[in-house]
Amino acid sequence: MLSARQRQLDRVRTFLFGSRTHYGAVFTVFLYALLIAIGFVYLYPLLFMFVTSIKSPEDLLNPMVQWVPTQIYTENYAKAYRVLNYPQTLTASVVMSVVPSALQVAVASLVGYGLARYRFPGKGLVLALVLATFIIPPQNTVIPQMLTYKQYGLLGSPLSLFLPAAFGQGFKSAIFILVFYQTFLTLPKVLEEAARLDGASDLRIFLTIALPAAVPAFIVLFVFSVVWYWNETFLTVIFLEGGVTTLPMQLSKFAQAYENLYPPGVVNIFDRLNEAIKMAGTFLNILPLLVMYFILQRWFVESIERTGIAGE
Amino acid sequence: MSVQGRTRRFELSFRAREALHGYGFIAIWVVGFLLFTLLPLVETFRYSLHRVTVTAETIQLEPLGWANYTRALFTDPTFVELLIAYSVETLVSVPIVLIFSLIIALFLNLRFRLKGFFRTVFFLPVVITSGPVIVELAAQGATSAPGIADSPAVAAVLAELPRALRNPVEYLLTSFILILWFSGVQILIYLASLQRVDKALYEAAAIDGAGAWEMFWKITLPSLTTATIVNAIFTVITLSHFSENPVTRYIYGQTYAVQGGIGYASAMAFLYFVAMAALLALIYLGLTVWARKEAR
Repeated sequence: MLSARQRQLDRVRTFLFGSRTHYGAVFTVFLYALLIAIGFVYLYPLLFMFVTSIKSPEDLLNPMVQWVPTQIYTENYAKAYRVLNYPQTLTASVVMSVVPSALQVAVASLVGYGLARYRFPGKGLVLALVLATFIIPPQNTVIPQMLTYKQYGLLGSPLSLFLPAAFGQGFKSAIFILVFYQTFLTLPKVLEEAARLDGASDLRIFLTIALPAAVPAFIVLFVFSVVWYWNETFLTVIFLEGGVTTLPMQLSKFAQAYENLYPPGVVNIFDRLNEAIKMAGTFLNILPLLVMYFILQRWFVESIERTGIAGE
Repeated sequence: MSVQGRTRRFELSFRAREALHGYGFIAIWVVGFLLFTLLPLVETFRYSLHRVTVTAETIQLEPLGWANYTRALFTDPTFVELLIAYSVETLVSVPIVLIFSLIIALFLNLRFRLKGFFRTVFFLPVVITSGPVIVELAAQGATSAPGIADSPAVAAVLAELPRALRNPVEYLLTSFILILWFSGVQILIYLASLQRVDKALYEAAAIDGAGAWEMFWKITLPSLTTATIVNAIFTVITLSHFSENPVTRYIYGQTYAVQGGIGYASAMAFLYFVAMAALLALIYLGLTVWARKEAR
């Protein structure tokens, strides 16, 4: 029999260190402290960016003003909006990420399905080559591509990004093919076989039976593809320069574009380029992605956990 | 004609038809691979052996043998220096990304309140890690551990270290937060494989009296071997293909430089590819050897 004192001690110990079913207080505090610290690492740049972007030129010069600006100064956003040529670059960015992504996901699903469902000689080789396309750095293929595009007058045209995507060679295409391959391997074959016995054609089986079953994978991969195309600057600068300007492209020459609009010799000192305006530009650049992410996030993360994007 | 003979013929044609339909599904990719990957790759290699002059109409090639390669390796001091720095930085970053993303994934796999909020925050890097954004943030000092590398004590310790060790440590201190920004997808991959570990294993181990620490080393870690290898490869490739990578920037700059040119840039691109492949092989071998030792 336990004494009252013993029982009390036990209760304290369970509270502090937990039992089989509950985490103890010590662990909980430790867990939240770490989570908050790491979360801060990711939120700090965003907070910093946002706070700096609403500082007036006076606040920027005032060493007393660190995290709380004396006023909300929206003029930075008005300037960044003009410098980025926002309506135009935003539309360009949306088109240049959504269209190749749709093409890329559609073709990757076809290829992934073909690899998962059919036996044919050379399948191992194709899989190895798909992996190889993931490893080959873009600068090993980009120059001849650029010269060929130039020859056909495609340089600066949206087609220069659409064409590779339509042929399964879009940005990071290997990941998409391999995830679809994995997804179709794990889906049951029975329905498809039954449809085949009923005389359905291969393409019809793919479109009406396999595709609907893989919808979660489609959506997750599409979102990933949009994000990666949106953030891509190496290829877009080479292929689109002179034709289409996406948001990140415009951001990378922000200083130059600013001085074209507001020549430093002409405008007064408060209208010169400062970090507040640059941060406003950066924030406008990631804002569409943030909005998309916060709308989709719950759904997005959960379906990744379900589709098993890890690919084993 | 026996029945057996007829079925075999049917078998064969069925096999052939299946293969044909399979080729039908992947044909578009094969054409794309030949046109947009293999052909340009071979072409780049050809350029790397020549001096390339592009005029309005034609591309002129002047054979140089391996001169572009020897020049990059033995005469150009910048390229080799950048390549060494890149290798060191990659070797330092990969373990950090792996350990960090594993820890985050383990946390996100626990039950606690506000999990949804933290999960949203931790996957932010997946969405916003792009070249120009990182450059703007780094320029404002938002990516380095604030002030650690500048403090006199740390500077004194750094000065004492041998040069070979000083560079990685310095890189670690100044870019620690930047490295963490490359962990988004890796956290996802770890989380997905953690959720596929059989719960019954943990219950059985708990009944046998194993603690959380033992369960981590004996059950969790061995189940994550594949995910770790996938993550390591993914990290190396993301870091190497990142558009603000100094080597990439240098090669790109040399493409249009007067002294450089397309031929020279192509040669450097291939050397960079070889270095990256070597790093991949090194990390892959290291991890598989380690996994085998763990399994024993």
